[in-house]
Amino acid sequence: MQVTPHSPKRRALVSGLARLGIWVGAGTLSLLRPLWAVVWNQAAFETMKIDAAIQAAGIRQAQLSDDILINAPEIAENGAQVPIDVTSRIPGTEHIYIFADKNVQPYVADFVIGKGLEPYVATRIKMGETSPLRVYVLAGGRYFYATREVQVTIGGCAS
Amino acid sequence: MPEPIRIKVRLDGDVADVRALISHPMETGLRKDPANGQAIALHFIKTVMITHNGVVVMEAQWAQAMSRNPYLNVRVRNANPGDEIEISWVDNRGESNAAKAKVPARA
Repeated sequence: MQVTPHSPKRRALVSGLARLGIWVGAGTLSLLRPLWAVVWNQAAFETMKIDAAIQAAGIRQAQLSDDILINAPEIAENGAQVPIDVTSRIPGTEHIYIFADKNVQPYVADFVIGKGLEPYVATRIKMGETSPLRVYVLAGGRYFYATREVQVTIGGCAS
Repeated sequence: MPEPIRIKVRLDGDVADVRALISHPMETGLRKDPANGQAIALHFIKTVMITHNGVVVMEAQWAQAMSRNPYLNVRVRNANPGDEIEISWVDNRGESNAAKAKVPARA
């Protein structure tokens, strides 16, 4: 095949190879590591009012539930390291969301719970001041929540 | 180069208790450098993933309100000795890190 530098054939060949390259690249990447399904929800994380942040996170019509167990200290001396653990007894728990109402940006985290994981997560978060902690759970297409008040002695958002 | 992630795994029945300690400053962007009074730039982990033998069991998206050097404890189902648990993260600067641990014999 005669292929001169600017012939339509060459252009077709080059773009074909480029496309092939993209597919090969994507294929190799997905073999190396599973593709990320979570897309960081910038609008929700940057929202500064609790109600708007909850809405921006996609949470709708949540019901209060006794089957979300929040473990957190009543008094946290250091707001920079507040331990929290959450257990959901709601069957089919797919997400556990954590919000701290009075943080400058209240949306703290969203944990997507796969079938291979118990509906439990323990971590440490920063709290700017005394505030309710609010945990939402998505299960079977419905949202549930529970809250827990934490008194913060020294705020942790500037640290 | 980010510092390593420390992972501890304990097998209890068929559930692997996974504890991870990630080295990361998790800067909120609100803190000032005491030396010069300049604001320290926002620097935090945005997404985290945990896999069990290559299968995703958890993904998370985080704000800068997760504590410095984040601690994470989860429980992986259907685990057996020798299984591989991998934890990885990506931060707002596009830096990333990953670490693997083997599930030990039953406690």
